[in-house]
Amino acid sequence: MKDVEFKVLSNEMIAQDIFRMTLDGDTSDITKPGQFVEIKIPGRYLRRPISVCDWSEGKLTLIYKVVGEGTEDLSFMEPGEYLTALTGLGNGYDLRNIQKNPVIAGGGVGVPPMYALAKALKQQGITPYVALGFNSKDDVFYEQEFRALGVPVNVATVDGSHGAKGFVTDIFGDHHDYAFACGPEPMLKAVYNSVKDGQFSFEARMGCGFGACMGCSKKTKHGFKRVCKDGPIFTWEEIVW
Amino acid sequence: MVDITTELSGIKLTNPVLPASGTFGYGKEYWDLYDLDILGSISFKGTTVEERYGNELPRIAECPSGMINSVGLQNPGMHEVIEKELPELREHFHKPLVANISGFSIPEYVQLAEAMSEVPEVGILEVNVSCPNVHGGGMAFGTSAENVAAVTREVKKVAKKPVYIKLSPNVTDIVSIAKAAEEAGADGLALINTLLGMRIDIRRRQPVIKNKMGGFSGPAIFPVAVRMVYQVSHAVKLPVIGMGGVSTAKDVIEMMMAGASAVEVGAANLVNPYVCRDIIEDLPEVCAELGIERLRDIIGCVE
Repeated sequence: MKDVEFKVLSNEMIAQDIFRMTLDGDTSDITKPGQFVEIKIPGRYLRRPISVCDWSEGKLTLIYKVVGEGTEDLSFMEPGEYLTALTGLGNGYDLRNIQKNPVIAGGGVGVPPMYALAKALKQQGITPYVALGFNSKDDVFYEQEFRALGVPVNVATVDGSHGAKGFVTDIFGDHHDYAFACGPEPMLKAVYNSVKDGQFSFEARMGCGFGACMGCSKKTKHGFKRVCKDGPIFTWEEIVW
Repeated sequence: MVDITTELSGIKLTNPVLPASGTFGYGKEYWDLYDLDILGSISFKGTTVEERYGNELPRIAECPSGMINSVGLQNPGMHEVIEKELPELREHFHKPLVANISGFSIPEYVQLAEAMSEVPEVGILEVNVSCPNVHGGGMAFGTSAENVAAVTREVKKVAKKPVYIKLSPNVTDIVSIAKAAEEAGADGLALINTLLGMRIDIRRRQPVIKNKMGGFSGPAIFPVAVRMVYQVSHAVKLPVIGMGGVSTAKDVIEMMMAGASAVEVGAANLVNPYVCRDIIEDLPEVCAELGIERLRDIIGCVE
């Protein structure tokens, strides 16, 4: 974990209430896809956890949804402004011993971390099948960016206004062995029920984001775990619904 | 050279700054961030007799200049704490600890006090009679002078360490509760615990926190804490550990001027994990600016 000052390079709306922010600063503590940062928003007390969409040396990309006053403030930040964030939080996806044909399932604002994950898998010589789910066509983002990675991508919308009509699990095709999933809990549960194994990223209201306050505890088959520190990624085997 | 040392019941502290219970776990999340030995002491996570999961999620809500938590005393239970957590903490912190203990009955408080008295690293027992997040314990004791007196008396019978009673601000007259603890034999007082608070998600028309209400902390409660520390410390002869919204070296000084002999820092750790280190580093300079040569000379200096 590192407390880092970032300079905002860009901050633009890419879908309904969805913003992409690129930042310039030290990313050395970010080591795995699926990790998150905790942003200090001026005038708000607690930091806001935002998953890492992509990163390289000195550059960080975040995609967030405006869901309340804190993220609304964030959406007004202009290029050239500064913000601080705790970086390198959370366990991230474990990329060891991954089978040949995993499915990546991203739902709504759960899509962003899957981009860095797809990229990392690809670099490892594994081509994941990407299934993205949104409510409606106005909510869809990053379909082309995933395609540009050279991975097969399929999109479902609940109302059928873009791609297939239905949920991510309706577009899994033959991919039912191993899933990487991030999205709202009902989606995670549907994915959990349709595969044999995988890694699932959970969301929670957090206090600190680094394991101190016990604000985001979760019951697992191996006892109580903290979503922020022991997660946010939990394995299929340990999840208790 | 400014002297920032202080003392609690004969225990010398190199400075008055302690992380507050529930915001610092058993030290593990912080010992890689800075050298814990710079701290005056540590009040470790509220410990109960049995392991507790605590309350359902969400447990956290944002507030203007603060936060609400309803963790509900999640902890591994006293045996695990004594056998596993404290020996690990011992590797990183070498001064007397403040053991924060929480019971659901007087016999439980007694059991905890007996067990923690036997732990060589424990310097002070901080008896939490004020947790707002559990039913049938915690604040149920702390809001009645008779109950506070009863817990204090029974704990004092078995305790081999100084007993500090941690008071709830959720009372009409905190001074009468403080006096009840003093008369029952307490060695000191710690205040304030969190204020009972609530937030509502106006879109969903539901409380933000699953448990509906929780403990409100952060800078927003600092003036309430200063007021109560002032009232209590001027009404009793006991040393007081002051806390509630403390976030800066200036806050520490204000709390000590109100009457605190030492100061706990709580919610601020969650927002800035380095805050206790920063405060300790800033203290000598801020003292010098204010013409303070010996920090303990200002304890209760405001009449």
